Amino acid sequence: MLILTCPYCGVAADETELAPGGEAHLTREGPGSDDDAFAGYLFHRENPKGVHFERWRHAMGCGKWFHAARCTVTLEVFGTYAAQVTEPPRAIRDAVSARRPGWRWRDLT
Amino acid sequence: MQRYSAFAVAREALRHHRGWGRAWGAPEPKAHYDTVIVGAGGHGLATAYWLGKRFGIRDVAVIEKGWLGGGNTGRNTTIIRSNYLQDPSAAIYEKSRALYETMSQDINYNVMFSPRGVMMLAQTEHEVRGYRRTAQANALQGVETQFISPRRVKELCPILNIDGPRYPVLGALWQPRGGTARHDAVAWGYARACSDMGMDVIQQCEVTAVRSEAGQVTGIETTRGTIGCGRLGIVVAGHSGVLADMAGFRLPIESVALQALVSEPIKPCMDVVVMANTVHGYMSQSDKGEMVIGGGADGYNNYTQRGSFHHIEETVRALVETFPMISRLKMLRQWGGIVDMTGDRSPIISRTPLGGCYINCGWGTGGFKAIPGSGWAMAELMAKGASPLAEAFTLDRFRQGRFIDESVAAGVAH
Repeated sequence: MLILTCPYCGVAADETELAPGGEAHLTREGPGSDDDAFAGYLFHRENPKGVHFERWRHAMGCGKWFHAARCTVTLEVFGTYAAQVTEPPRAIRDAVSARRPGWRWRDLT
Repeated sequence: MQRYSAFAVAREALRHHRGWGRAWGAPEPKAHYDTVIVGAGGHGLATAYWLGKRFGIRDVAVIEKGWLGGGNTGRNTTIIRSNYLQDPSAAIYEKSRALYETMSQDINYNVMFSPRGVMMLAQTEHEVRGYRRTAQANALQGVETQFISPRRVKELCPILNIDGPRYPVLGALWQPRGGTARHDAVAWGYARACSDMGMDVIQQCEVTAVRSEAGQVTGIETTRGTIGCGRLGIVVAGHSGVLADMAGFRLPIESVALQALVSEPIKPCMDVVVMANTVHGYMSQSDKGEMVIGGGADGYNNYTQRGSFHHIEETVRALVETFPMISRLKMLRQWGGIVDMTGDRSPIISRTPLGGCYINCGWGTGGFKAIPGSGWAMAELMAKGASPLAEAFTLDRFRQGRFIDESVAAGVAH
């Protein structure tokens, strides 16, 4: 059972309480973007085997969206953080580095 | 190849079964092959088989990081059907279903294809309308299905509770020539046929890198050395994203865990396959007597080949309501497989941005039924550069907006 701590209400929620929201930190394309950019935004995914950054919603709790850093191989959770960021904060990246030296995700390391 | 037959069984019985040889070889990888297929599951082996059978391309290696058919080929619920809504899907799944009918004869290996009939229950008005529409579409596509009444449903499957408190059965989409097959035998039979054609099926050999020169694939690095190739086929289901990353392109795919479970064996009580998409579960009875049960996929990326327990709970709850008699059955085993889900829930059989590299993936939760047809189309694509059956399933359909939207047609079970 996957357990994530909601960074807003502090509840350690198990996955039945949460709704997965897919890959985090996508660049949302708008009018004027070309087809490749839209295909990338809408469909292409990192789908990593290892470190991943995701969106989740505390659906059966405070209802808020947040981010999680997680390993897709071991289900280890490196940390959760607020939704109002465009990339993982330093503290989260350090937490990932401590456990997975040399990790890579999109252009982040 | 040693032919399997009733005569061979009798002959071997007379000499204490000492004459049986290995069904397939265990060769060391060569330095170069004309074609390398990554993934010795059903789809990869079927691709190799048809490359040899239809196009005479026999300088082929099928590379497998684990053991033969140990991925999703050995983890599915073995359902075979072709009652899809969209024309391209109906075409490839029906081709596949038709190939299953003669597969045991084709490859001289008993895959135990059992066209026992597949029933997809309609338990909401929405589903009734959807399945009536699918039945009409199937009539035009030449796929034999019909929409049947609740009374007929009860006749075909007496253990079904059609007056359930939440979701009474309002009818069903019935495909009489759908059914099941022995999943391991499909992989084993194809491996034996490929080995017999002189191909190398190499197990426990993991790909670590894809080599290319000037945008053209030249080979792969593996845990058992470098293997050169003129053409590369990537047929690795859940790990498609990992291989695509090595080959330098991205896929519209997310890998998630899908679970199945089987009960203790009981006497024959159900001779059709029943899928209940609204309540989210499907069930059939294996030849051993176990009830084979499949449920829903997890909603988040996962490579663990385990699923979340609450999905089992949901599935079992739904099935106990649909089949009250199973309520006291013990479950023997539960397992998960990593399925590759595309944005429109339809597969990808396509060229890739890397020259000479082809990919067959995205079968998501419904790949087993497509094995022979998928291999047929993939082999044609790799040998001739184009395949009528694969035409609609290109990688660039996501850029062009030409989706094959089966998530609506098939519901969740696929």
